[in-house]
Amino acid sequence: MKELAGKKEIIKQLKEKILAMEGFSSGPDSHQFDFGLGPMNAAFPGGTFPVGAVHEFISPTQTSFSATNGFISGLLSTLMKKDGICLWVSTGRRLFPPTLKSFGIEPHRVIFIDVRRDKDALWVMEQALKYNSLAAVVAELRDINFAESRRLQLAVEDSRVTGFLHHYFPRKENTLGTVSRWKIKPLPSLVTDGLPGVGFPRWEVELEKIRNGQPGIWQFEWRNGVFRHIIVPKRTVSEPGLPRKERHYA
Amino acid sequence: MSIWFRHLATDRMVRLHPELRDKPFLLYTPEHGRMVVRASSRALDREGIVSGMVVADVRAILPSVEVFPDEPATTEKLLKDLAEWFLRYTPVAATDPPDGLMLDITGCTHLWGGELSYLKSIIVRLRKGGYDVRAAIADTIGAAWAMARYCKNGTIVEPGRQAEVLRSLPPAALRLETTILQRLEKLGFRQIGQLSRISRTNLRRRFGDVLLIRLGQAFGTEPELLNPVQPPPLYQEWLPTLEPIRTAKGIEIALQRLLDSLCERFFNEGKGMRTGTFKGYRVDGKIEQISIGTNRASRNAAHLFKLFELKIPEIEPALGIELFVLEATLVEEVSETQEALWSMGNSDHAAIAELLDNIAGKVGMKSIHRYLPLEHHWPEASIKEVSSLVEEPETKWRTDRPRPLHLLPHPEPVEVMVALPDYPPLHFRYKGNLIKVAKADGPERIEQEWWLQTGPPRDYYYVEDENGARYWLFRLGTYGNGEPRWFLHGFFA
Repeated sequence: MKELAGKKEIIKQLKEKILAMEGFSSGPDSHQFDFGLGPMNAAFPGGTFPVGAVHEFISPTQTSFSATNGFISGLLSTLMKKDGICLWVSTGRRLFPPTLKSFGIEPHRVIFIDVRRDKDALWVMEQALKYNSLAAVVAELRDINFAESRRLQLAVEDSRVTGFLHHYFPRKENTLGTVSRWKIKPLPSLVTDGLPGVGFPRWEVELEKIRNGQPGIWQFEWRNGVFRHIIVPKRTVSEPGLPRKERHYA
Repeated sequence: MSIWFRHLATDRMVRLHPELRDKPFLLYTPEHGRMVVRASSRALDREGIVSGMVVADVRAILPSVEVFPDEPATTEKLLKDLAEWFLRYTPVAATDPPDGLMLDITGCTHLWGGELSYLKSIIVRLRKGGYDVRAAIADTIGAAWAMARYCKNGTIVEPGRQAEVLRSLPPAALRLETTILQRLEKLGFRQIGQLSRISRTNLRRRFGDVLLIRLGQAFGTEPELLNPVQPPPLYQEWLPTLEPIRTAKGIEIALQRLLDSLCERFFNEGKGMRTGTFKGYRVDGKIEQISIGTNRASRNAAHLFKLFELKIPEIEPALGIELFVLEATLVEEVSETQEALWSMGNSDHAAIAELLDNIAGKVGMKSIHRYLPLEHHWPEASIKEVSSLVEEPETKWRTDRPRPLHLLPHPEPVEVMVALPDYPPLHFRYKGNLIKVAKADGPERIEQEWWLQTGPPRDYYYVEDENGARYWLFRLGTYGNGEPRWFLHGFFA
């Protein structure tokens, strides 16, 4: 029995080593953030949201663009908890800063860099990702190729800054060197007892790709400053969920 | 040092129209219905034509003369430009209207190997440029002025000897008004030396204070100040080069040296650079310059060098750069309290400020934005942009009303279908798509702030369509008064 436990311990250590080599943070800094994603954490390598990595978000339409910004803002609020500063680079910014407050971010702690070309946005993001005094860097741009995304990933591996690459209205969904690929769609909000009005923002969060993790689809609501996981009735998952799962396991 | 351009206005014409060289021509201005000569070309000097004559008289003497209207404003500007050009010889250059320049060359001449070669170099370069000049060096402004105009070209008066030289000059060398000069002439004063025999009280009674002041200024007993074209910047470093520099590497070395000495000064004085300019004076007379700005006062030579380095390729050395000047145009105190304000939590804000400087150097300062709340309900007016990184909000960010995460810079008109006035729309058409409203909140009326602008109020609705996309619509105006228009103003998360 003892031997077996020892072996398990060794395998666990080896796994952590491999993850570290692949650019995932292990150790204390990855566990200090609780994003409140609940059951979704199981999908991530090591059971925690990978910080110190670059995440890619794809939003093909305006409505998913807004929803994705909402979801990113929710993640940022946890990353910026300790009075952190965030850089928001964009080639087509529509973000209205005061609203960030309702996503738990002090809008004056966000520094916006508005550039015209994707190339400039990438340059700024790469420079910024090298500064570990930033809590996170968000970049909204339209086109990026694999080599460029790889540079971003290399930049964060030293600094451990979390990068969010928001690929809006993409011309093509090419493979990138990021650790994950997300797609966020808005879902109708829920109002109790048929009351009039609009409820809390609710999203369908699809983790389309995650290195060393389990892709899948979850539903979240942003309520009172935290994510709230929504347990979806069986039938909604079975229809769109299954074919996607097959694709990723293949 | 005084420089006298004997034919400034006409030399300018010759430079513009080379065919006028050696031809008699003059510049005139109308005065009391007559054409009065203001400036004459070198060729006319020989004919004894001086300014103040009437053009018709000149034509009678010399029928072939060409006449042009005088442009005093252009000449004045030329003089100012020339004074600025002289900044390569001295940091303090002033214009001396109507046709002279005055330079304070204290401590500059040794760079050219003495006063004589300094003077020669200036005269030769101006001659090459086509200007007929006379220059002189003396202890006082008044004496230099007199020497340039009434002595041999290139006179250098040794320190403290101006009184001897001035003695033999006519009173006109004292920069006096014509009326005083005429009176002096009438009384038989032909040389300045004669005046020194008269007591000061008598001179004051007969000619007023002006004469005494001018005398004092020439002899060095009265103070006189120059009014330089560019006030000498307090933080400026110079680096003249032995050979003209033409390579990027050479420019980098020059920049590095200048930065090192400037930053050392900053450290001693507890200051830092906010904006700086690096200038290269080219052999052909052009000035190449690059400027940087920092988000906070910096005295870190390596950091400042990085900012300049991005722009070095913009410098076009052409035939070479003979003088480098580094100027800190805006200098601020580097205070410890400033750092304390920024030190919130664990973040190192000095590093962020440096990062932003780098970004500003690459994509421009204008692309960096930071916002603070303003107490306005009107959405567009509810934020203000700040350039400082340390400014903290004076009021709280409000969250009591729904505001979209994406706000369109300009509200976009939409066609709507409304069941009842004051009800949210049933559906609306945006960019050709029909969007059916499933849920709605509102209206939230936002009135125009009459002290800023007037117009109808906006009634905002927070609506959600069947797929869950959330929009912010508003109606401009009310159904009671005319036909209101509808706009889409934002998207919620």
